[in-house]
Amino acid sequence: MAKKKTIRTIPQDRTPMREQPAGERRHNFGEVACGYALEDAQREAERCLFCPERFCVQGCPVSIDIPDFIRKITEKDFRGAYDIITATNLLPAICGRVCPQETQCEGQCTVGDSLEPVAIGRLERFVGDLAVAEGWINIPPIEANAFRVAIVGSGPSGMACAADLAKAGCDVTVYEAFQEAGGVLKYGIPEFRLPNSVIDSEIGKLIKLGIKFECNTLVGRLFTVEQMLGEMGFQAVFIGTGAGYPSFMGIPGESLDGVLSANELLTRCNLMQARDFPRHDTPLELGRRVAVIGAGNTAMDAMRVSLRLGAEEVHCIYRRSKAEAPARAEELHHAEQEGVEFHWLTSPVELLDDGKRGVRGMRCIRMELGEPDDSGRRRPVPVKGSEFEFDCETVVYAIGTNANPILGQTSKLRLNKRGYIEVDEDLATSIMGVYAGGDIVTGAATVIEAMGAGRKAAASIKRYLGLRDSERVYRAAEPALFGIGERNYVRLHQSVDA
Amino acid sequence: MTLAQDKVAAQGYEIVTRLDFSETTFLLEIRHAALARAARAGQFVIVMSHEEGERIPLTLADFDRGRGTITLVIQAAGKTTREMQETCQVGGHLHAVVGPMGIPSHVGSSKKVVCVGGGLGVAPIYPQARAHKEAGAYVIGVVGFRSKALMFWEDKFRACCDQLIVCTDDGSTGIKGLVTEGVKQALAEHADIDEVVAIGPPIMMKACAATTKPRAIKTTVSLNPIMVDGTGMCGGCRVRVGGKVFFACVDGPDFDGHEVDFDDLTQRLRRYAPAERRALEHWRENCRMRGAQS
Ligand SMILES: Cc1cc2nc3c(=O)[nH]c(=O)nc-3n(C[C@H](O)[C@H](O)[C@H](O)COP(=O)(O)OP(=O)(O)OC[C@H]3O[C@@H](n4cnc5c(N)ncnc54)[C@H](O)[C@@H]3O)c2cc1C
Ligand code: SF4
Ligand code: FES
Repeated sequence: MAKKKTIRTIPQDRTPMREQPAGERRHNFGEVACGYALEDAQREAERCLFCPERFCVQGCPVSIDIPDFIRKITEKDFRGAYDIITATNLLPAICGRVCPQETQCEGQCTVGDSLEPVAIGRLERFVGDLAVAEGWINIPPIEANAFRVAIVGSGPSGMACAADLAKAGCDVTVYEAFQEAGGVLKYGIPEFRLPNSVIDSEIGKLIKLGIKFECNTLVGRLFTVEQMLGEMGFQAVFIGTGAGYPSFMGIPGESLDGVLSANELLTRCNLMQARDFPRHDTPLELGRRVAVIGAGNTAMDAMRVSLRLGAEEVHCIYRRSKAEAPARAEELHHAEQEGVEFHWLTSPVELLDDGKRGVRGMRCIRMELGEPDDSGRRRPVPVKGSEFEFDCETVVYAIGTNANPILGQTSKLRLNKRGYIEVDEDLATSIMGVYAGGDIVTGAATVIEAMGAGRKAAASIKRYLGLRDSERVYRAAEPALFGIGERNYVRLHQSVDA
Repeated sequence: MTLAQDKVAAQGYEIVTRLDFSETTFLLEIRHAALARAARAGQFVIVMSHEEGERIPLTLADFDRGRGTITLVIQAAGKTTREMQETCQVGGHLHAVVGPMGIPSHVGSSKKVVCVGGGLGVAPIYPQARAHKEAGAYVIGVVGFRSKALMFWEDKFRACCDQLIVCTDDGSTGIKGLVTEGVKQALAEHADIDEVVAIGPPIMMKACAATTKPRAIKTTVSLNPIMVDGTGMCGGCRVRVGGKVFFACVDGPDFDGHEVDFDDLTQRLRRYAPAERRALEHWRENCRMRGAQS
């Protein structure tokens, strides 16, 4: 091997990722960031110092062995890199695209102390995309046991939990209320950021693990959690139903036409394909000027979807400053490039009626930052006499969500004061054999945290059922346990394509 | 790609009966044993007729645990329902049926109940009347039609109502006038009514609530705003009740008729009216083209 790398010998600049130019992409739903080519990935992998402290691993909510997979890339052993990532992260093609790396792995990267950090997310995506293209899948030898486990919700927490339990030999069924699986990944995050084909390919892998998906199934109403454990014969249940229930502010004008939640806008556009209206039946009407309230990922997605649906002006209204905006840095940057106008330190006080039940504009007030609040962020306080009006025809709320009430209404699950499901440190709920994780426990969070929770719950369920903890069962470092030799893999791959 | 694994769901949900009540109103009976088992009076389902279709909410008109089926009565109004009227036939399938959604109606505490159904609401009031009867209440049914020829389910209503008042616009049977006339008659004849349950267009439910208001009789209405998911995730179904905002799909669909802001509901139901008109035109155009080709 070459002599030890230092911060001075590595490529100094972060390898750029090709992107669709802003002027073009704001009119289409094609992916914005095109991903690394092979040479890009190898060049970027060379920037990793393989430092012994491995701070990046600590920054990752699921502790991927980041330097190890990057080393495999430098060695051109891409399958090896994939095996290392998937030992902890089920969905690299997805997380590489949507994780807030700047506050997680990349935020801790040693190279980042003096240069731009190693582009860990982009490398992860590169490996994940390669796996999708090549049809790689890691199926450990599964020894079926007699246990049946039900998963409620097919978002990232449910998918992760299902995968681990299926690998441990359980008979797993995922119940999803929508007509398609994927949760927020499908109905929320738009195609230009996360193509549906990537999600479907990951779900395809779960199906190959033997997991059954039952869509169009509203748990709680079609049957209850208690019935699942009773007459339906499941030994354990995992609940990953997400947050849902979007918030509004309660200011005048919110029931005017042209006021909707970002979830409604995104679901109509992404899941129901309103962008192909009237070929698809679901409509979505936006005005010439769209104002989106909030500055998280949901807000960014709503704004960028609005641009692509033909809005001439899109405004972002956020009561704190740019530094506090919760969106991924890259999304904020992309939204700026695409021409979204940001109004920091601004809060709406009234939505103005056009006299025909529509919106003609919004009255806002300027804010300034005061003392820090519970979240540690400085609390925005209104500036007296700073009210002003501006024109818009559509107002989109992306200011967060509350807990979905359905399972609370229909089961004896203990909820916390805010309506989220209460769990202990093992993610066990108040009902024996029922575990929960993801947004329905934490409130709106991230894909990787939801996935991490799903895996943690799977480990608890295995313990509850008296199964070996699989953590050691399919480490990539133990190739024998991966089971699939090159020849088998090819066979599997072909039969999949056929 | 549809990820539903089981064959049933991959194919969709089978239509086992179709009945046409009029030029615009038709009944579909759909095989879904689990749904039939779980359904309670007052709940609804969301239906997608085909893969590119819209998700539309429909209040359950009946469910039969023995047959393992649910029944929907649909009025062909917009593009989706007109298309369903044309394409849904026995042996065919609906792409998606999910439910039962919403909180079941509260049944059991009222001893004398008036169940009012007008227009679209006639069919969905039936399970309520039956549930109240089964719970031991004295049930007065009030159903409204344009004329005698368009009347349906008289036998079903008679079987579960202690008294049935039929109203027709033209007076061809029963009393001439709107269902509110029937409600007034029931109120005049009975001093001890505990509850009035009304299902129908917003304007009709509003009128019923206004009729019962002077006597402060508990009035329950079932709201059916525009929905997408039906699971509380989008807020598209929000309604104003007693000055507060609720999501009809998970907080309802039943609300106190004296508190509901019906004007708001009526307006919000028209939100997509221009788009719906475009969809209808587009579909008609396609039908014409298909007709010309064959
Ligand atoms: C627009 C948007 C953009 C986002 N962008 C990012 C991003 O860039 N990066 C990031 O890390 N995070 C992002 N997030 C957050 C992230 O998507 C969520 O934290 C994550 O998806 C939560 O996963 P989950 O498994 O808990 O639930 P969800 O993904 O919400 O999935 C829950 C599923 O359960 C189903 N369900 C609910 N109730 C029932 C029931 N009773 N019966 C059956 N099924 C039910 C729902 O239909 C849904 O499919 C974004 C969120 C949104 C809304
Ligand atoms: S999963 Fe997210 S935090 Fe972990 S390494 Fe990948 S990008 Fe970083
Ligand atoms: S229909 Fe989406 S929240 Fe009720």
